[in-house]
Amino acid sequence: MINIAPILFYVFSGVLLSASLMVVTARNTVHGVLFLIVAFFNAAALFLLAHAEFIAMILVVVYVGAVAVLFLFVVMMLNLEGGEMHRGIKGYTFMGVLIGGVLLVELLLMGLSWYTAPEAFDLTTAPTSGLKITNTQALGNLLYTHYALGFQGAGLILLIAMIGAIVLTLRHREGVRKQNIRDQQERQVRESLRLIDIPSGSGV
Amino acid sequence: MTSFYWPDFTLILPEMILVFSALLILMEGAFLKQVSFRHSVHCGTLALGLSLGLCLFQFETGQTWVTFEGQIKQDDFIFFAKILVLAGATATLSMSLPSMIKENLSRVEYPPLVLFATLGMLLMVEANDFLILFIGLEMQGLSLYVLAALHREHLRVSEAALKYFILGAFATGLFLYGISLIYGFSGATNFEVIASVIRTESINALPLGLFVGLVFVMAALAFKVSAVPFHMWTPDVYEGCPTPITAFIGGVPKVAAMVVFLRLLLSPFILLYGEWYSLIIFLSMASMVVGAFAALRQTNLKRLLGYSAIGQMGYVLMGVAAGNSEGAQAVFVYLTLYLVMFIGTFACLLSLKGKTPEGVQDIEDLKGIATLHPKLSFILAVFMFSLAGIPPLGGFFAKLYVFKAAIAAELFWLAIVGVLTSVVAAYYYLKIVKAMYFDDLPETPAPSHGQLLVLSAEITVVLNICAAIILLFFMFPNVVLEMAQRAAFALRI
Repeated sequence: MINIAPILFYVFSGVLLSASLMVVTARNTVHGVLFLIVAFFNAAALFLLAHAEFIAMILVVVYVGAVAVLFLFVVMMLNLEGGEMHRGIKGYTFMGVLIGGVLLVELLLMGLSWYTAPEAFDLTTAPTSGLKITNTQALGNLLYTHYALGFQGAGLILLIAMIGAIVLTLRHREGVRKQNIRDQQERQVRESLRLIDIPSGSGV
Repeated sequence: MTSFYWPDFTLILPEMILVFSALLILMEGAFLKQVSFRHSVHCGTLALGLSLGLCLFQFETGQTWVTFEGQIKQDDFIFFAKILVLAGATATLSMSLPSMIKENLSRVEYPPLVLFATLGMLLMVEANDFLILFIGLEMQGLSLYVLAALHREHLRVSEAALKYFILGAFATGLFLYGISLIYGFSGATNFEVIASVIRTESINALPLGLFVGLVFVMAALAFKVSAVPFHMWTPDVYEGCPTPITAFIGGVPKVAAMVVFLRLLLSPFILLYGEWYSLIIFLSMASMVVGAFAALRQTNLKRLLGYSAIGQMGYVLMGVAAGNSEGAQAVFVYLTLYLVMFIGTFACLLSLKGKTPEGVQDIEDLKGIATLHPKLSFILAVFMFSLAGIPPLGGFFAKLYVFKAAIAAELFWLAIVGVLTSVVAAYYYLKIVKAMYFDDLPETPAPSHGQLLVLSAEITVVLNICAAIILLFFMFPNVVLEMAQRAAFALRI
């Protein structure tokens, strides 16, 4: 029996790479976002191959389910035209290529002389080694037990972001009619209905 | 990794006070029908004061504690930094009340955001792990971006806030990339583990990537302390933001970032001194020169103070460049006195009206006010002389210790540039004094020229304390010196 894992790996990563390429090259932005979703699914499959089920699930639930769909809504609402985005980019091409080239050379220089300290291998080994727990459990242990402080801190940062969004966008406008459900339900017939006797022939 | 020890929560009690009171003030604002802004600012000040008291209580023990599995550390160095941060935040929040109301900024979210920013700074200085350091940095950064944009109706404020936000996000990216490179080499984010990994390798065999990572981290921190060439946001943000918010953004966060800078370079990366000290010398020199020359032509007072802050950070970096415990002590003395001078100067600005009734904007607004308010002008003149480094005021001694440390470390050129630029910088500090004392009142002054804003008791207290510290430092220098020495000793270089 042949081992199909390597074949699957190449299939998934091939699709992932070509989908990512399409994300940046697609003329239509909506197509770009759809290709992004394809890329997310394939990345999730790669995580499954690496026995990281939890991250695979999270990738699908969070990135495909929330982030990509949000992107899709934004892109559809903004109604971006393909040509408009690229206007004026020509003037920056030279500088962009120059800076990109310099960074590439730097990365190569750095990567070629790279080496990892021998101690690092022990320090980075997965904490689950030798333990019979699922990786959801292992991640939970890390997040909620060992890195609880960082987790809470990240939560506070999200709270600050929420406060910031509210502070910067909420406006109290005068004369806005808001629905008050309690008022509506407690309304009595005599408050809303008035019977007027009009003698016939006199008009209103 | 599997064994679990219950973390020692008493060590983060000041932080927990801040979190819970911030949440409480927010809840009050959300659920109570009538919440006065005054009340929530007072609550915020009280919470900051309470945690300041706790930190003072914990200081001077000479011990080191590590908790949360090595992610948080407490020693005298960190306590001193926390005291500086909390004292600065308490003073700034308490004195901001009248002008926040004057500028129509009385929003209940303001004190919680200040508390969260302070919490972020505390996490930054006490972090013993890049992860917590990053979370602290982001927490304070995000709160400060929101504070900067609080006056959203004004175009100039929006511009300043946007600039601050985009450059800050860029610095965050650099910082993360730097951390990832350092992690890639050492396999750890904990400072002590990184230090021990570096120690076991021979210096010459260290990969280029580690240095690149360190440089990225340094660039991000240089952005936070607004050292040249990462200073572009500073003058705009100082000028654009309302004065009480500038007083907060420009004061405490820089002290916190500078402490982190000092701690990172002198504690885990001290073995790489030969690699980073030339960079710090460059940052320091460039900041001093730009701070001195770019401010000469400014007419806007807050913009001028922004450039002055850039220059002052250059002097602090001189102490970092020395790379020993003497330098660390000088940095602490400088930071303490700088914070006092900065907050004092802004307390003066906050108590005066200028062309606009909201507050002083230009140097012109100070013309001839010495005849109207002799005491206030005297105090402002004291701060200006002190910032210029004229003896026997506190600012002189701050510069003296930094120069001494630089000369002891044989950084002669740096010290010479420092002395020369401080002479240049004295010009614009004295220009402010001249406007107050030697210029006549304008012939057709704006109706609000030289009038006092409503002086609150808090501003008076802050002003008097700051002035007393600067004036009397030469009589009791040992109070600060010993604290700084103890803090520098805790680094164990």
